[in-house]
This record gives sequence, C-alpha cells and structure tokens, in this order.
Amino acid sequence: MEILLAVTIGLLYAAGIFLILRRSMVRLIIGLILLGNGANLLIFLLGRISKGKPPIIPEDSKVFTDLYADPIPQALILTAIVISFGLQAYAIILVKRAYRVTKTDDLEEMITTDEL
Amino acid sequence: MNTIILKTASKYLLPLLLLFSVFILLRGHYLPGGGFVGGLVAAIAFVLHAFANGLPETQRLMRIHPGFLMPVGLAIAFLSGIFPMLFDLPFMTGMWKKDPIPVIGSLGSALFFDIGVYLVVIGSSLTILFTISETK
Amino acid sequence: MISHFLIWPILLPLLSAIVMMFFWSKPREQRVISVVGHFFTLISAIFVATRTMKGDIYTLFAGNWEAPYGIVFVGDALSGALVALASFSALAVSIFSAGSIGNGRASFGFFPILQFLLMGLNGSFLAGDLFNLYVWFEVIIISSFVLITLGSEKAQLEGAMKYVTMNLLASIIFLTGIAMLYGLLGSLNLADLSRRIAESPDIGLINTAAVLLLVGFGIKSALFPMYFWLPASYHTPPAAVSAIFGGLLTKVGVYAMFRVFSLLFIDDPFIRKTIIILAILSMIAGALGAMVQENIRKIFSYLIISHIGFMFAGLGLFTELAIIGAIFYLFHDIIAKTNAFLISGIIYKIRGSFRLENIGGLYNQFPYVSILFALALFSLVGTPPLSGFWPKLYLLQGAFADLNAWMMFGILLASLLTLLAVVKIWIAAFWKKPQVRKEIQERAVWHTLDQQHKIILLTPIIMLTLASLLLAFYSSEVGSLAALIAQQLSDPRIYIEAVIPTP
Repeated sequence: MEILLAVTIGLLYAAGIFLILRRSMVRLIIGLILLGNGANLLIFLLGRISKGKPPIIPEDSKVFTDLYADPIPQALILTAIVISFGLQAYAIILVKRAYRVTKTDDLEEMITTDEL
Repeated sequence: MNTIILKTASKYLLPLLLLFSVFILLRGHYLPGGGFVGGLVAAIAFVLHAFANGLPETQRLMRIHPGFLMPVGLAIAFLSGIFPMLFDLPFMTGMWKKDPIPVIGSLGSALFFDIGVYLVVIGSSLTILFTISETK
Repeated sequence: MISHFLIWPILLPLLSAIVMMFFWSKPREQRVISVVGHFFTLISAIFVATRTMKGDIYTLFAGNWEAPYGIVFVGDALSGALVALASFSALAVSIFSAGSIGNGRASFGFFPILQFLLMGLNGSFLAGDLFNLYVWFEVIIISSFVLITLGSEKAQLEGAMKYVTMNLLASIIFLTGIAMLYGLLGSLNLADLSRRIAESPDIGLINTAAVLLLVGFGIKSALFPMYFWLPASYHTPPAAVSAIFGGLLTKVGVYAMFRVFSLLFIDDPFIRKTIIILAILSMIAGALGAMVQENIRKIFSYLIISHIGFMFAGLGLFTELAIIGAIFYLFHDIIAKTNAFLISGIIYKIRGSFRLENIGGLYNQFPYVSILFALALFSLVGTPPLSGFWPKLYLLQGAFADLNAWMMFGILLASLLTLLAVVKIWIAAFWKKPQVRKEIQERAVWHTLDQQHKIILLTPIIMLTLASLLLAFYSSEVGSLAALIAQQLSDPRIYIEAVIPTP
C-alpha cells in the first residue's frame, strides 16, 4: 500500500510540474491542482497508514489501549483540501477573466507587465 | 437542462437534501460530518434545483442573496469563539451544556461554530457557482 | 493566567470585516468602519508589543488544548513588534485607500478583504505551529489574490497570473516540507519540533525539508532567484494595494524564515552558507534591476528584492550584531516601503503616470510635499541619520566581525545602487521639467480634489514618515529591542521553555 501510494504521489508531482511548465493557462491550473493533491497524499502517507479506531478514550478507562489512527494528518489534509477548494475556485475564475481580457491562452503572450 | 424528470425530482429532492444536510451538520462532532460537509450538501441541493429550473427560479426561491449568509455565518462562528473568553477560558474552548437535548444531543459552543461554518460554506459556494454560471 | 490579549490583533480585523460585510453595498460606511477597525487593531497590537518588549514570552492555547497537542499562539518580542508595525502600516494604508479607492472596487469588497489580509498577517506573526503558519499564509495569499485582481484591468490580470502561480507553488512546496517534517518527527509545534530535531538522527532528510521550506519562503519573500514574479505584478494594482503588499507581504516570508530557521535548522553550515550566497546575490540583482527601470513602482519593486537580501544576510550570518541589523532593517523596511508606494500613488494622482519620463517638476509646484517625500525616499536609501542607516551599520559591523568580505561588498554595492536609483527618481520626478502629454494629463486628478480629500491622502504619508524619523531618533532604543529579539532568537531554549515548560 505504501509503495503504491508513493508511486502515485511521485506521478502526481511529476505530472503537476510537467503541466505547470507548459505555456497554456488551463494546463497551468490543472498542474497546480495535481501538485496540491500530491502534497495532500504525501501528508496522508507520512502520517503512517494504519487501520485504527478513532483516538477517543472510552469513559471507563484512562489510557487508549487499542490501535488508533493518528488524527493529525487527517485534520491537516481536510484543512488543506478546504483551502485548495477556495484557491482553485479563485484560480479558475482568474483564468477565465484573463482569457476574456487578453484573448489568449498562451502565457508567452502575457508579457506586457515585464516590459520596462 | 430541460427535462421533466429532473424538474419534478428536484422539487422533492431540494427539501430532502436540505434536511439531510442538517442531519450531517448535527451528527458532526464525534461522527463523520459537520458544518463543511453539511454546507456543501445544502449548496449542492440548490445547485441541482438551479440546474433543473434555471438560475432565476432558484434565486427567487432563496429570497436572499447567498452572499449574505457569509457574514451571518462568520458572525455566529466568531461569537461562539469568543464566548468562552467571558468565562476566562482561552479563545475557542469547547463549552458543553451538562444535560443532552433531544434530537440535537449534547449542546456545546462547537455546534454553534459548526452552524457558522455551515452558513459560510453555503453562502460562499453558492456565490462562486452562481457567479460562474451567470457570466456566459 | 491566560494571555487573552494575544488573540485580539487577529480577532479585531475579523470583527471589522464581518461588520463591513453587513454594509456590503455601502462604500461610505465601509470606509469609516475600515479606518476605525484598523485603529482598534493597532491599539490591541501596541498592547501586545508593550508587554512582549519587556522580554517575557506569552502563550495562548486555543481551545484550551495544551501544546504540543493543540494550536498555540506565541507572542515573543519579535512577534509583538511585528504585529504592532503591521497594524500601523495597515492603518496608514487604510486611511489612504479610504481616500483613493473608488466605489467600484469598494462594492466588490475591497475593504473587508484588506481586513482579512491584516488578520492573516497578525495571525502568522503570532502562530506557534508550523501548520497554523501555513493556514495564515493561505489567508494572506487568498486575500492578496483578490486585492491584486480587483478591477480586472489587463495589466492586473497578467500580473496576477504570475503572482498567483508562484504563490500557489510556494504554498505547495511549503506544505510538502511540513509533510516531511511531520513524517520524520511526528509533531508540528515549533517548540516541540525544535526539541525533537536536536535528537533526530535523520539529518539528511531534515535538511531536505529545510531546503523545501527555504524555497517556499524564498518565493514568498522574493529572494534571488525566485523573485521574478514580484516586479511583474506589484506595479499593477492601485497604489494602496501595492503599498501594503510591498510593505508587508514579503516581510511575512522573512519573518517565517527567521522563526523557522532560528528555531529549527540554523546549526547546519550548508543551510547557512546557502542563505548567505542567496542573500548577497539578491541584494545585487535587485539593485541592478532597479537601476534600469523607468516606472517608479517597478523601481521600488526591485528595491524590495534588494533589501530582502539585507535581512537574509543577517539571518545567514546569525551572529548577534547581524541579527540586530536584520531585525532593525525589517522594522525600517516595513515603514519605508509602505511609504514609498503610497508616495508613488500621490505622484500618480498629481501627474497621471508612474513613468519617469512623464513626471517632473514636482519640487517647483509642491515644495513642502516634496520635502516630505524626500525624507521618506532618503530614509529608504539609508542616508545618515535617517532610519535606513542604522541597521546597515549593524549589518556591516556583523559582516566585518565575521570577516565576510563578499557580504560587506554586497551591502555597500547594493546601498550605492539604491542611492543611485532613488537619486534617479528624485532628479526625474522633482527637478526635471515636466513633459506634458495630453492623454496622461487627463488621468491627473490631484487639482480637482478638495482640501479635505488631499489631507486624507497625505495623512498616512506624514504618519509613516514620522514613524521612520522616530525609528532614526530612537535608534539606540530600537537597537536594544532588536538586541533582545536577537537574544531570544539565538537561544531556542527560551522559546521552548515558554511554550512547553519542563515539569
């Protein structure tokens, strides 16, 4: 399972970086989305995958004896997903607006801000 | 999308999905669910309705602009966050009422925070989706 | 004793944003609430700063979950001072934008988002947890994305594409670093991490995570060679937005570098050498870039890059003198850069252009205002006895004590080039005869404004210039505050003990 996830993460990062190096805006956004998902999976993998119970101590005992799943990576990923939801919605609208104003999808043509 | 099946179904699905979203919101604290997921389900209910009946129809049904839900939700979450500070506890400490209430279960400041999140999520995701679909 | 006061600089901007959102389509009311909200935030921030300045470190466990298990807010001398400075600059920008941002932008939520930006800034200064820092960074970047694109002009959208892409990429790299640190050490609380790193055997992997964080924060603070997005985007939005971006956004990256690298990674010679080399290159590259530009705001953008190098140089040397210099420079730069961009906004209002060839003759027409601008611009350069001079002196002493000739060369060359760039602005904008071009003349709205409006626009510049002069006059006091910060930064045990007391 770990190996499979590691390969998937590697593929997501590679595909993401490949896409953000393209000249098209749409591919750029898709690349960023893939990279974000790769990072989330990486947290999930590095938080140790275990089939455990929720880490809630029963009322009649003082310590947790059973195998439990680490809640922190899950909380981190949920937060990161919510954040990337907002950012991606923003980025998609930005691309749409930019396309309508500049009439091009090619990033090489958006160079007016780099001129002296 | 202009099909009679979807139109009829959405009429019944909207209240059902909204009820389901409230259920998800309430079961949140210890079980999977909570404000964010509940809010998304509720937002999807409205989006489905808009798909079937057109955007103006849904906006008429909602009466208020969805953007208005954002400050309301934020205000509720904010108040639930500073409420413990009145009792000299740190910001956002979970405070619980001793006896459980039927249907809702145990009542705590976390529930109000979740309600705030629920409203913000409905407001923001509907604003986003309506904006995208309005501008052709 | 619970330090409730730490949370107010974060909550008050949120509160004012919520109140403003209820007045969504009423720009007039929003302007008033915005200034009032920033004013109260500043008061709460000064309260935090006066407490932390005495050398104590305060903590607040959100939700009453103790560190290292919950989210913790930590206020030490560095955080306190930066919260106060950020709130001060934000107040100045808020007054300026009340007078300069049109109703069109205001009706799309400019003012609430300015508050969210300040909330993110204050939050990241007070966060005591790596993931929490990430979340505040996201609050900052999403608000800055909206501010930079609001108005949807062509240049804005093109600049925003670069800005958004690079900042999203930086966040992802930062998140990858966080994931690695969590996987290796099983904690994200900064104090706890600092303790665990000292005992960890996986130095190689930890250094990989350190480099990921260096790249992430480096992109955000526009360090060489990851700065190209900054001059491509900072000159596109309205002057008020450029001011808060130029004054504060890159500084958050610098703050994060100081916090993370002083607590976690600084012992490693490889990391320190990397930071020093990047810092020197950044100083020179930024200053050279500023020399060739013709647009005032682009000159200031390149100067940001150059001056970021000074702060990183102090971090790289990591001797007491160098840290004092870097921290002092950080304080000075927040005030000076905000001021510089606001001044460019006034110049635009007077002449209708940001380009040097179209402006000129300001000194003849407005002698008093020009002298005010001169004070601000030359404190940016570091002409003695203005505020930019003292931190550079400390930094040079630090580099000299370390016998680092390259760094001394870099600091001196970058200072000289900064001087030349500012003199170029001065000659072109204030002394040279103006070339009147009709289509530009139409955008110059200064003479149509009434007296009250002009005062609103000039007040923030007077405030910031006064603050900059105060920094210069009380340079020994600021120096001793910086020394306290340097002492707290160079000994992580103080921080750890304050957050997780040993039983």
